[in-house]
Amino acid sequence: MEAVVSRVVTGARYGLRDWLAQRVTAVIMAVYSVIVVVGLIGSAPFSHEIWKGIFAHTWMRVATLLFVASLAWHAWVGVRDILMDYVKPDGLRLSLQVLTLLVLASFVGWTIQILWR
Amino acid sequence: MSEAAVKTAAGKPRPKYLNLQALLFEIRLPVTGWVSILHRVSGALLFVSMVWLLWMLDRSLSSEAAFEKIKHYAGLWPVKLSLLVLIWAYCHHFCAGIRYLFLDLDRGIDLATARLTSWITFVVSFAFTALLGWKLW
Repeated sequence: MEAVVSRVVTGARYGLRDWLAQRVTAVIMAVYSVIVVVGLIGSAPFSHEIWKGIFAHTWMRVATLLFVASLAWHAWVGVRDILMDYVKPDGLRLSLQVLTLLVLASFVGWTIQILWR
Repeated sequence: MSEAAVKTAAGKPRPKYLNLQALLFEIRLPVTGWVSILHRVSGALLFVSMVWLLWMLDRSLSSEAAFEKIKHYAGLWPVKLSLLVLIWAYCHHFCAGIRYLFLDLDRGIDLATARLTSWITFVVSFAFTALLGWKLW
């Protein structure tokens, strides 16, 4: 007997990759958040000098970019899940998904510009 | 909704259709459900706020004058309040997310533990929000 599988074409892959990516990026962001929050709470009065100094280190720039790139990938999976749940017309959902990707990609580009100027 | 509602043995009309009244007043979410929906809401909130946060990071790093402007801007109460909401959203998403990572590993999936960790998620995220809010102002 052959199993009948009726699948609706949703534009989504039925895969493990995004599920795993969401979790790996979550761990990366969690580690970064804890380090930054602990570091900031420990640091003295908040001035432009100190703030700029923090982001002057190459490792901090790279870590922050890694954080934002993780965030973009993580948010892509999450927002796509939300759109798949609530936006039923295919054309509108696809448009919103493309828009989300463009917005997230531009956030990563903007972050590079903020960090290395 | 042309089908006639059928009363079940429990006396509840079935099928139950979702509408605003049902969502607001009739459906009671268990605490685990609240963690779940707020995980989604906080994630969506953080996504739509990201442009604002990046803009503030951009301004604050650009020059001393811009930094002072952003510092003043962040001191306005509507901005403060919004930032506090976002801090809560981050803390809740963070704590609930860690809870989900453990659930993925089949840890804490029995009902009693799942309820307990839900409460812990709320308590810890509120405590973090209060601590960070207090530290920032």
